[in-house]
Parts: sequence; structure tokens; C-alpha cells
Amino acid sequence: MTLAPAARAFEAYVYGYRRTWRGSVLSTFVMPLVYLGAMGFGIGALVHTQSAARSLGGMTYLEFLAPGMLAASAMQVVIGEVTWPVIAQVKWVKTYQAMVATPLRGDDVVLANLAWVGVRAGMTALATYVAMAAFGVVHTPWSALSIPVGILTGLAVGTPVYAFAITRQNESSFSLVFRFGTVPLFLFSGTFFPVSQLPGVVRPLAYASPLWHGVDLCRALVAGHPALRMSLLHVAYLGAWAAVGFVLSVRGFRKRMVV
Amino acid sequence: MEGHLPDVLVRARGLTKRFGSFEAVRGIDLDVHRAEFFGFLGPNGAGKSSTMRMVGCVSPPTDGELSILGMDPRRNGPEIRARLGVVPQDDTLDVELTCRENLVLYARYFGIPRRVARSRADELLEFVQLAERAGDKVEPLSGGMKRRLTIARSLVNEPELLLLDEPTTGLDPQARHLVWDKLFRLKTQGVTLVLTTHYMDEAEQLCDRLVVMDKGLIAAEGSPRDLIGRYSTREVVELRFDTPDHGDVAPKLDGVVERMEVLPDRILLYADHGEAALAQVHERGLNPLSALVRRSTLEDVFLRLTGRTLVD
Ligand SMILES: Nc1ncnc2c1ncn2[C@@H]1O[C@H](COP(=O)(O)OP(=O)(O)OP(=O)(O)O)[C@@H](O)[C@H]1O
Ligand SMILES: [Mg+2]
Repeated sequence: MTLAPAARAFEAYVYGYRRTWRGSVLSTFVMPLVYLGAMGFGIGALVHTQSAARSLGGMTYLEFLAPGMLAASAMQVVIGEVTWPVIAQVKWVKTYQAMVATPLRGDDVVLANLAWVGVRAGMTALATYVAMAAFGVVHTPWSALSIPVGILTGLAVGTPVYAFAITRQNESSFSLVFRFGTVPLFLFSGTFFPVSQLPGVVRPLAYASPLWHGVDLCRALVAGHPALRMSLLHVAYLGAWAAVGFVLSVRGFRKRMVV
Repeated sequence: MEGHLPDVLVRARGLTKRFGSFEAVRGIDLDVHRAEFFGFLGPNGAGKSSTMRMVGCVSPPTDGELSILGMDPRRNGPEIRARLGVVPQDDTLDVELTCRENLVLYARYFGIPRRVARSRADELLEFVQLAERAGDKVEPLSGGMKRRLTIARSLVNEPELLLLDEPTTGLDPQARHLVWDKLFRLKTQGVTLVLTTHYMDEAEQLCDRLVVMDKGLIAAEGSPRDLIGRYSTREVVELRFDTPDHGDVAPKLDGVVERMEVLPDRILLYADHGEAALAQVHERGLNPLSALVRRSTLEDVFLRLTGRTLVD
């Protein structure tokens, strides 16, 4: 397949964003400042003990938290982008119906949509990165690589959620996705505290979550000492989720829209 | 294939669409010729949209043969769709965007360069008389304006074949006439048009040839005049009586005409000379509340073919 049709469909998402970008950009860049400020300094002051420093691998709490937040907030934004907006495009605005009547094919449309989702993840990751720099957490050039890792993490979670959302008749199950998907992933994937603090029985779950791989890799990159083999493993794991999720998304799209 | 346009733009043989075990289109044959205005007339659920979606290459046929612009939808979907214009039954405009943005974006899906898309959008907005709304959001537009915008959008790629699924449903008479006028103009420009409708007057006014569709099957095919000549008389007398049940009156009219239809609210007498039939009714001492002699329409054809009225 050539990418040109998908690139043209992608323009539709840019157009759509132009009507809300002011509010969106503002909250995208303000939120990480607020979050990192409150949690990094507020909680950081509380956990400034020797045992805490040991569990955090010698980092301050802000240094520990910020790269995790980068990955986790990218994921959170992506989940928002592949739930309600997907149903809207199927049923409310009917963007997909309009698109499939043109030369665009199902895979062009899904690719365009998910590429846009990747852009949104990238914006969020960049915003967190800027906040990190503002708080003095960025020390090495490696750390900038956490932005593409944030995008990959977003897509690793976002593509399977898209594949689920496209099968839904309405939005009612999305609050469950949030409650039993986003929130536990967000809390227990090593963003706020090391996974080693979790009870042994649930630890494997945390290690299996794509978010943990994104968090761990971002943290290593920002700390400036990423281990090559572990890093490649993280990227491969996230890439596998994103790839399988993409295939399932295209399949789900065809099943829903080409009937 | 490029540049060469076959004479038959849509050819279907035994075309079938099933949803699960339900058969929405039950093996129909069709030929739509170049530069023709072709219609599907049928009631709700007849299978008109299902057929249009197969012809539009967005819904794969379950069975049968289908060829569009001489190509196979199963293999050449994107190539075919590049040369079609589609007005779907439900509007699929983005109401948050402006009229012009809707057209430009849609044109981009066809790979039309931005500059061309913009100038074509302005021409088309002019064509459907929405030029002064070009920069307005779609949301507050009236139903008729949205329909016209959808028609404009379907023309951005200068299609050879235009598929219109109920282009005027829900429009007031004035808006309908405006749409008819635009469609007729497209026909004079050589565009081939396929339309679905449950308005018999629309089919009669616009279509060179049409099929009457009911329950997934084609009940009859021909020009409007053809069909009326074949399935109805020249004139019809419509009688309304002061009775809760027109079935009670019907026996008293026996023998006045060869064919009579008894509907809940009126009785139709099929006659070549309506006034003469009406005179006989009066001779029998019957006094209808109202009596109307009119020409036969496709509605009468439909009633004859299916035993039901088109719009119930
Ligand atoms: N996606 C679908 N899944 C299941 N059944 C469907 C689907 N689409 C259409 N049908 C059924 O197929 C039949 C024909 O529907 P279709 O929309 O083709 O009728 P129509 O002639 O266009 O009717 P209308 O005048 O109401 O638009 C209906 O009984 C409808 O419920
Ligand atoms: Mg329909």
C-alpha cells in the first residue's frame, strides 16, 4: 500500500483539531507543569528519606516521577482519542461513512486516524518534556528520546483500545475501560512508585503492561544510562503491541464499516 | 481501461445482499446506460440503499455479478470509487466545519490538489446556491441546504456516475424543485445518474427509466410512461365516502370498472375515461364526499404490482 491516501485522510484530523486547538494546547502544556509541580515537589518532600532514595535508585522523587508521567500521560491522552472520537466517527459525525465512499480504503483510514493519535501522544510527551526541563530534570541529550518512546507507548496501548472501540455500538463501555484499564495501568505500572513495591503476585501483571515498558525506558533515558539490550527489549515489546493492535484495528474497521 | 467508458455503467446479474440470514436484495438484474437517469422506486425496506451501497463499492455483494464502469468492485473498489459521486441517505457532513471546508477536505480524499479543490468548492457552492454560506458552519443550515451541500460534495471529483440515495427526502416542495433542477442540469451535462426515492412524482419527473423495487426484488422495469401504460389505466377516479369502512361501500360499485382498489380512506376506480365512470357512480345513487378524476401515476403502478401504497 502507498501512504499517500492515508496522508490525505490525515489532513482531516488536522482540520478537525484546528477548531479546538487553543484550549487543547493550553491544557496539554499546563497540566504537566501542575502535575509535576504538585507531585514532584509536594510528595517529593515527603519521601525524601534514605530508604526512599534506595528504592528510587538514588533519584529524587521528581526525577523518578517525571519520565514516568511522560509515558503515562501520553497513554492517557491516547485512550481518550481512541474511544469517544471513534464512536463519533462511526455514528455521530459519520466521518468514516464519508471516507469509505471515496477512494480511501479501510487501512488508509485507520492508519490516518492512528497516525493522528500518535501526533496527540507526541504533543503530550513534548509538553511533559518541556515541564521536565523547566523543573531541571533534564540532564542528558538521551532524555529527548523519551518523546518518541512516549508516542510508542501511547500507540502500544491505543491501537488495541481502538480495535475494541470500533466494535462498540455505543460509548457505554468506555467508562469501564477507564475504570478497569486506564486507572490501574496508570497507578500500578511504575509511574508513581517502583513496581518492586507491589505484592509479588501482581508484579508480573505490571511487568506485562505496555505502560511499564514505556515508563522504564523513559526513566532510563532521562537518567542518562539506558542499557542497550533492555532498551531494545522495551521497544520491541511496545512495537509488538502496537503492530498487533493495528492489525486488529484494521480488521475491526472493515467489519464495522464495510458491510 | 482508462478513458474508455463502456456503454453500460452498472451491470448486475443475480445481485444479492444478505445480512446474516436476512436477504435484503434477492438476486436482481440491472443495466444502467451511459447518460441515463435511472431510478429505484420502492417503499421502506425494499432494498434500495443496500443496492446503492453495493453499486457504490462500500458494501460487498453476497452473491451474483456486479460490474461498475466496466470494473469489478471486489478488486477495483478504490479505482471505481474515484470516479463515482455518492449522496448517501444519511448526511455525513462534518457539521462543525464550514461548507467550504467540507468540500475541500472531501476533495482531498480523492487526491485533488488543494488549489483545485478550493476553486472547485467555490464553483460547486455557487452551483447549489450556497455561495453566501461558504464560510458558515454546517450545523445551523436547514435540511434542504445540507442536502444541497451533500450534492455539491458528491461532485468534487467530477464523477461520471452519480449515486443519489433519497436526495430530497424531508425537503419542502420548493427545496425539492431546486434539487430536481440541479440534477436535471447534471444530466444535460452528460452525467449518468442513479437515484432512489419513494416519491413517485420525483421518479416520474426525473427518470428516463426506473425499476419498481419491493422486498428485495424488482417488480417491474421501464420508463415511467411505459410502466403506467402497462400496469394502469389512463385515468383514476378517487372516491371518499362518509363511512368508517370503505370496504362496505365497495360491493355497490361492482361492475363500474374492470379494476378497483379499496384503501382504508378511499376507493380507486381504474378507467380510461374517468368522467364516464364517475357518472355511473352517481347513476347508482351513490354520493361520495369527494370525487377526483386524475391521471394515473407510478403510485397506481406500485399499488397494482404490490397491493400496497408507496408511502404509508
Ligand atoms: N447493515 C445491516 N444489517 C442488517 N440489516 C440491514 C442492514 N442494512 C439494511 N438492512 C435491512 O435490509 C432491508 C433493506 O434495507 P435498505 O436500507 O436497503 O432499504 P431501503 O429500500 O433503502 O429502505 P428506506 O426507503 O427505508 O431507506 C431492511 O429490512 C433493513 O433492515
Ligand atoms: Mg434507503
